[in-house]
Amino acid sequence: MKIAIIDYGAGNVQSVLFALERLGFQGILTDDWNEIKTADKVIFPGVGEAGTAMKKLSDKGLAALIPTLKQPILGICLGMQLMCKSTQEGNTKGLGIFNVEVIKFTNQVKVPQMGWNMIYNLQSPLFEGIQEEEFMYLVHSFYASKCDESIATTNYETEYSSALQKNNFYGVQFHPEKSGTAGEQILKNFLQLTTDY
Amino acid sequence: MLTKRIIPCLDIKNGRTVKGVNFVDLKDAGDPVELAKKYTETGADELVFLDISATEERRTTLVDLVRKIAGAINIPFTVGGGISSVEDVDILLKNGADKISINSSAVKNPNLINEIASKYGSQCVVVAIDAKQIENNWMVHLVGGKVATKLNLFDWAKEVEQRGAGEILFTSMNNDGTKNGFANQALAKLSETVNIPIIASGGAGSMQHFAATFIDGKADAALAASVFHFQEIEIPELKQFLRSKKIDVRI
Repeated sequence: MKIAIIDYGAGNVQSVLFALERLGFQGILTDDWNEIKTADKVIFPGVGEAGTAMKKLSDKGLAALIPTLKQPILGICLGMQLMCKSTQEGNTKGLGIFNVEVIKFTNQVKVPQMGWNMIYNLQSPLFEGIQEEEFMYLVHSFYASKCDESIATTNYETEYSSALQKNNFYGVQFHPEKSGTAGEQILKNFLQLTTDY
Repeated sequence: MLTKRIIPCLDIKNGRTVKGVNFVDLKDAGDPVELAKKYTETGADELVFLDISATEERRTTLVDLVRKIAGAINIPFTVGGGISSVEDVDILLKNGADKISINSSAVKNPNLINEIASKYGSQCVVVAIDAKQIENNWMVHLVGGKVATKLNLFDWAKEVEQRGAGEILFTSMNNDGTKNGFANQALAKLSETVNIPIIASGGAGSMQHFAATFIDGKADAALAASVFHFQEIEIPELKQFLRSKKIDVRI
């Protein structure tokens, strides 16, 4: 299986590569259109600041490519947020795949949310074998609200979307590559998705 | 509900764990990778590796180690010790570290916090602060508490938050090594002063100390070394205890 990890200079893609290795797969870190288009699965990672990340994606022409992809694609953390309509972080326009805006937690809670929190209302093959209220590792200051495309929610200040799906596009706010064996199961489930939409 | 985190800390010298580790069932208790795996399996929420080597080759050894740890464990980990530039951070993150922790270098060059945060995001910047209470004032100290500064703990905490730190690791020099509990009063005040997560460090001796630092100290996470290394406290047991005190933990 060919797994492309989108390379746009985002921090810590190494963890994703290592997690795939632990599952017995070799990911390819690439910004090449052809490599990405011909991959069986695409992972869109991301940590850092949304505006800077979006600019890098646009500069490399990847912002135009990603919404046209046909195979299963998984956005992680900032990757997921950039797949949304827009984000308050740096007032950035997103890729518009998910019809939801990304907004900031208020100072009623510690920001960023950092640590292990539960995911529930699980509704996708992505969560095959994962129990309701499983713990996932999250680090983020902005969140996507609950919406029609939510396939998992989490509670921090409010109930928000900790995972989204639209057709072949999947996004998770948590870090499956850093969320123990349950996280690895989610990655495994993603790799087993078929392209039948 | 976001859970409180339990974080074992490993001191690393020339690629090996130091400060005494006492696991009878480990083939090589000095191997940080073996230890990291052991802690991950028993329910640690994160790990911190603090490099205390002073040799010229330290960076290469550390990078090599970070790669091995990242390959072996599936929970987040922070690397600290001797990080003084964006380049240092770059190589550690590229090799799989999730966060880096800076201490003296941030005091000497506060702008380093801004630089790292803007390049890699606040989520990977932990600012470690060692402080000692002197005549009612909490003063920031460097070099493991040996060198005093003129910085007040709470002022400095506010500044590092404004500069983009994602988290503060506060070690009370008054409590460190005493096993008499964490500096909960100062910790609670820190939580009121800043709005980023606080990791409590220094003073862990019993399970009750952990409960107290989460309740009275309002800490978001608690870090300890020897009580875990010498198996005085086992993480699964600690988490059951915390849950019995109605503290949310990941089990």
